Amino acid sequence: MDPREFQFTFYGLMIVWLIITVYVLSLALRERRLRQELDRVKRMLEKS
Amino acid sequence: MRQTILFLLAAVFAGILLWNGATILDLPQQVTNVGAYKIIYFHVPAAFTAFTGFVTALVASILYLATGKLRYDAFAAGVTEVALAFATANLISGMIWARYAWGIWWTWDARLTSMLVCLLMYYGYVMLRQAITEPTQRARLSAFMSILGCINVAFVYQSIAWYRTQHPSPVLGFREGGGMGPGLETPMYWNWLAMLCLATILASVRMRQGEFATEIDSLRRQAHSH
Repeated sequence: MDPREFQFTFYGLMIVWLIITVYVLSLALRERRLRQELDRVKRMLEKS
Repeated sequence: MRQTILFLLAAVFAGILLWNGATILDLPQQVTNVGAYKIIYFHVPAAFTAFTGFVTALVASILYLATGKLRYDAFAAGVTEVALAFATANLISGMIWARYAWGIWWTWDARLTSMLVCLLMYYGYVMLRQAITEPTQRARLSAFMSILGCINVAFVYQSIAWYRTQHPSPVLGFREGGGMGPGLETPMYWNWLAMLCLATILASVRMRQGEFATEIDSLRRQAHSH
């Protein structure tokens, strides 16, 4: 078997999951930012 | 209820991935002299998941144009963004396989070029939504953009049947390509199901974030009116 075959298969599979993982992380960061913003606006409303 | 469904989907996704992953590992290394072909088990399901998302977004966009209800627009936006992640994964994994099989990363054939155009159109969709703040105008323009994007999706799908491309012609059984061989095609469809479960979870999270953003906007307006 061509040794490059395993290497390229590995890269191909990794890139799919890497892109999805990066997207999941970006969603998680956005969620945290939105929750913090929501809390901040709610606190601001309570004070006023 | 929503969380229970999401946990169930996550369990189905993980279960299929583990069980099907073992099946894929057991498959022969080469099929009809095509090396590194196992990339197809993630490359094709990623495309199918992306296309399912784009078509779902198209239906939601048409529903928005017909009814004017903004929740259809929010649904279309969430689904499109998730589908875009899968489409990107599809294109880049395809480039890696091309580098192995053809010796080049890229060629301007009908399938690859139309897929790139498709990606750029949907990235444009996401950027358009960020650029327009007025919800109704944003929803209307996004819906038109989604319809245009989906016309291109149909072209991407059919391009390998209409044109002689560097990209392989239709191989899969349901596309009258003769199939990949006994037992080789089914694991691909299982992976598609797993990716659909994951995409549903991500789209649901993305839509909840849309609800948060709407709530923040309405609270801000309330704060300013005080």
